[in-house]
Amino acid sequence: MSILLNEDTRLIVQGITGKEGAFHTRQMLEYGTKVVAGVTPGKGGQTDDNGLPIFDTVQAAADATGGNSSVIFVPPAFAADAVLEAIAARMKLVVCISEGIPTADMVPVKLALNGSETRMIGPNCPGVITPGVGKIGIMPGFIHRPGHVGVISRSGTLTYEAVHQLTERGIGQSTCIGIGGDPIIGSNFIDLLKLYKDDDQTEGVVLIGEIGGSAEEEAANWIVENNFTKPVVAFIAGQTAPPGRRMGHAGAIISGGKGTAADKMAALKAVGIAVCETPAVIGETMEKALAAR
Amino acid sequence: MKIHEYQGKALFRAAGVPVPKGFPAFSVKECVEGAAKLQTNKIVVKAQIHAGGRGKGGGVKIVSPANVQEAAEALLGMTLVTHQTGPEGKLVQRLLVEEASDIARELYAGIVLDRSTSQFAFMVSTEGGMEIEKVASETPEKIIKEWITPGQDLKVYQARKLAFSLGLTGVQVKYAVKTFMALWQVFKQYDCSLIEINPLVVTRSDEIIALDSKINFDDNALFRHPDILELRDLSEEETSEIEASRYHLNYIKLEGDVGCMVNGAGLAMATMDIIKHCGGEPANFLDVGGVANAETVAHGFNIILSDKNVKAILINIFGGIVRCDRVAQGVIDAMGQLKVNVPVVVRLEGTNAVQAGEMLENSPLEFIVAKNLEDAAEKVVLASKGGK
Repeated sequence: MSILLNEDTRLIVQGITGKEGAFHTRQMLEYGTKVVAGVTPGKGGQTDDNGLPIFDTVQAAADATGGNSSVIFVPPAFAADAVLEAIAARMKLVVCISEGIPTADMVPVKLALNGSETRMIGPNCPGVITPGVGKIGIMPGFIHRPGHVGVISRSGTLTYEAVHQLTERGIGQSTCIGIGGDPIIGSNFIDLLKLYKDDDQTEGVVLIGEIGGSAEEEAANWIVENNFTKPVVAFIAGQTAPPGRRMGHAGAIISGGKGTAADKMAALKAVGIAVCETPAVIGETMEKALAAR
Repeated sequence: MKIHEYQGKALFRAAGVPVPKGFPAFSVKECVEGAAKLQTNKIVVKAQIHAGGRGKGGGVKIVSPANVQEAAEALLGMTLVTHQTGPEGKLVQRLLVEEASDIARELYAGIVLDRSTSQFAFMVSTEGGMEIEKVASETPEKIIKEWITPGQDLKVYQARKLAFSLGLTGVQVKYAVKTFMALWQVFKQYDCSLIEINPLVVTRSDEIIALDSKINFDDNALFRHPDILELRDLSEEETSEIEASRYHLNYIKLEGDVGCMVNGAGLAMATMDIIKHCGGEPANFLDVGGVANAETVAHGFNIILSDKNVKAILINIFGGIVRCDRVAQGVIDAMGQLKVNVPVVVRLEGTNAVQAGEMLENSPLEFIVAKNLEDAAEKVVLASKGGK
């Protein structure tokens, strides 16, 4: 069984009538995702182009359709509130695609997630895909194939690159997750490694980090302290990034001499993780790691 | 977004964080005239640029009123080089003129996001005036922190705890608490991503004064602070980067000679990394985002080529929702319109990549088509060194 997204997932799209929301709802349906409803405040009672019912609130959508997960395509100024609404409606999984949410808005969201029933992915992320089952997000489905390797990444297109390399070598994926490029995110590497650890389908994990923060170092410690024995292959983007400059993602910044790629690569190597020197060898490195088990 | 020290101090003053008496000046005349009104015998003239280490770089002068003119003349128009400006330095166009303080102790105060707890942290240290990064790595126990509960404010007891941890006594504690509470309000009110006061001083008359101010704002929250946006000093930013932001392109100029145009920030960084790995030096970071059409590609080319160091360009696009054939058409159109006189290596992968490759091969324009990421990096580095 995959993690986060499986045959039981019934998806609600928050912001379904927006340009992005409408486009990706269609894409998700075409991939086979069980999308059951949309939410746009003020448009309750209407249906979208795919015939999906639209509701004013997440709770109403969930009550009427049995939706248990949501994806958010809401403008950044309102996105944190959309997440809080999804948590209040007890969604099991909330994937927030929206980019550009103020950090101060995310602080109370993190607090609301604590002790709730909701697992949040993102914001500012491509989403979650369980190949062959469904996708929640904006990634191209066709580059994936069902299989046994999990992918967790702070990036978008770089994740596609890694997945493409795996698929080219015949290595399928269990569940691929873009956790997002912001300083505050719903789930970090450790949260998801815990799920992969208990997932029978997942036999190895690709971990793609980048400069900024210390999530990769913390993941390295967790892996060794918790006896995570499935092979892990890592790549850290931003070896050539200058300090003090935000490299696109709000979270990708080396500040105060902390969060460099070199530090992260050293921390991962120190616990025996295969660290790729270049992004071109991610697939190859995983192939070797799986063969060496 | 960053602002100048004098702008930060104006926000401090308005919020009740004590700062020295002073004023910003854009000319020598303004300096001299304003300094007379300060009515003090010791004056500090400080260069205003968006970089730290100004004191060490010679950008701060402490003078008598008679020597203000001389100090202002020396500083205005100088190119100030500090450990944060890079070797090319920054042109000094603004000054801050202040009354000098009678310093008894130099402390540090700051507020940042603690990413591992997802809470804001208020930090103080007795090691003011030092490079705080150095203090943090060598003697982390000398940085005292209090975390702000989400959705709430810094509590008075927390501010008091911080004040006592700095060894403050008597009336100093009262002043420090007031200062810390006010500082948190500035941070919260303006959606700051960082506030630092280094040094925060205790004077011989027991006052607490912010001798410096460093404030960074959360770019994602600027939409709700039009007043802060007005403080932006475009002359402190790279012209090409301002130009790029106008077209929603994310560009950062670097020192190398291999230009690159990529979709997605992570892939853009990874592309820079593999260029370096293959023996080249990236000239820039450029994320063209989700829409890589002829217009974006053309703007991207213009910005990359405005950097005269660029000897070759790599276009690396992983088409997901963006179709590669559209991107290829964009590249062909842009190259047809513009004079691109350096070799261009193109690597397109993902949706409709095969058609895209054929379009590039069949075009009369000269592209070097790469089959994968490594091949692309090798080819562009070779091309940048004059090889084929």
